[in-house]
Amino acid sequence: MSENQIYTLTINGAEREVRDSWVGESLLYVLRERLGLPGAKGACEQGECGSCTVMVDGSAVCSCLVLAASAVSSDIVTVEGLSPDGSLTDVQESFIQHGAVQCGFCTPGLIVAIHNLLDENPSPSELQVKEAISGNICRCTGYGRIFAAVQDVIATRSA
Amino acid sequence: MSVYTPQTIEEAVELLATHPDAMLLSGGTDFMVEVNFNHRKPTEVVSTKAINELKVWDVDHSSHTVFIGAGVTYSTIEATEIAEVVPALAEASRTVGSPQIRAAGTLGGNLGTCSPAGDTLPVLAALEARIVIASPGSHREVAFADFMVGAKKNSLRSGEMVVGVSLPIVRGWQGYAKVGVRNAMVISIASACLVRDDVDDSVKVALGSVGPTIIRAHDAEAWWKDQTVPRSKEMFAEFGARCALEAKPITDHRSTADYRRHAVKVLCARLAARSSSR
Ligand SMILES: Cc1cc2nc3c(=O)[nH]c(=O)nc-3n(C[C@H](O)[C@H](O)[C@H](O)COP(=O)(O)OP(=O)(O)OC[C@H]3O[C@@H](n4cnc5c(N)ncnc54)[C@H](O)[C@@H]3O)c2cc1C
Ligand code: FES
Ligand code: FES
Repeated sequence: MSENQIYTLTINGAEREVRDSWVGESLLYVLRERLGLPGAKGACEQGECGSCTVMVDGSAVCSCLVLAASAVSSDIVTVEGLSPDGSLTDVQESFIQHGAVQCGFCTPGLIVAIHNLLDENPSPSELQVKEAISGNICRCTGYGRIFAAVQDVIATRSA
Repeated sequence: MSVYTPQTIEEAVELLATHPDAMLLSGGTDFMVEVNFNHRKPTEVVSTKAINELKVWDVDHSSHTVFIGAGVTYSTIEATEIAEVVPALAEASRTVGSPQIRAAGTLGGNLGTCSPAGDTLPVLAALEARIVIASPGSHREVAFADFMVGAKKNSLRSGEMVVGVSLPIVRGWQGYAKVGVRNAMVISIASACLVRDDVDDSVKVALGSVGPTIIRAHDAEAWWKDQTVPRSKEMFAEFGARCALEAKPITDHRSTADYRRHAVKVLCARLAARSSSR
């Protein structure tokens, strides 16, 4: 049994202390407002848009639906931590190259969801890619360039 | 103001008993929406996250039953032996939300919320699941029909939690279908689960989103049993129409009652036809 008032989260491999928080704060809120990690975006705060997607213990989930104080002892990876040295990942580079970013609001969530997909399945079909990002809403691009960016990563990684 | 992360079921129910204001948290996919929109203001939370006993399932071929822990997620149901022994539950799980929601959301949370649109609930109703419930020092089991008592109302008493569900492994076709505005991320407008039992050629049908609780179409089931003619297209259509008569739909922001009733007719006829085209 443990009682958390000041609690510690493990984010991108580092331990981060959270102070003075209210018990109901979401992981999204704590990341952005308390820990200075604004990569994950908040739009709907009800799990519908996917812009807040992060990895928790190896699964891509909506950080707006994770109670931050319950995520102690979880391994959290945000878009900022996908590449250990802070450089751009191949998925990010491919998004830039294919112009898969317009306003960019959906982008961090998509990047995390796509990394998660390709970690689990290095050669997904087009349908599997669509399925994997069915919880990530993009209002700008119409998705064409996003799919092109993903296909390119799949091809490059398997070459 | 605390979050407790007990390691065992017994610890969790002790906490619930000694902290009457404490709320149970599993995947958070219903709970946190309510918190984010100020509909729920937790002061104390008991998280089930570290309770490994809740994340197990057990297929027992000798007794033809499967037990699924309350903490099992939709993505686990879809991808494990559970999908082989209760395919309708896997189909229902597959329709929930998005990959992110299915990675977090649990069977126990669907039962805790007990929405008429909860996608696993028609499957539990059609299979006549037993819900296993724990409280300090004791366990009890109730039939699904006695568990869900109203829209978003279950018969859990204070200090109790769902440990899991026990389901029969039925020999015969089973399936789940739902109607919504698109394929992903949709709360059902109407849904149905149909289970055929090859032993006596009986059928069980349960309807979701068309009444305050999940509705079993008992009259249509009895009608099916009385038919001696070979199964035909006409029979499936008649069966669908009879199921629709038993729905008690309302009109709300998602759909009209008429459309819901029509959807039940189509879904049930379709499931019946699928069940016969093996
Ligand atoms: C974007 C989005 C899409 C969704 N789509 C669907 C859908 O298509 N179909 C569908 O059915 N649902 C859907 N849902 C609702 C939700 O995902 C499910 O109801 C899910 O099963 C809830 O499980 P959870 O583990 O997240 O529960 P939580 O949110 O943690 O808890 C839900 C409720 O159950 C209680 N509870 C949790 N565990 C237990 C337990 N072991 N015993 C007793 N009570 C318990 C909690 O106190 C709370 O009241 C959706 C939600 C979102 C945010
Ligand atoms: S902000 Fe979390 S899913 Fe939209
Ligand atoms: S680029 Fe604007 S929402 Fe996707």
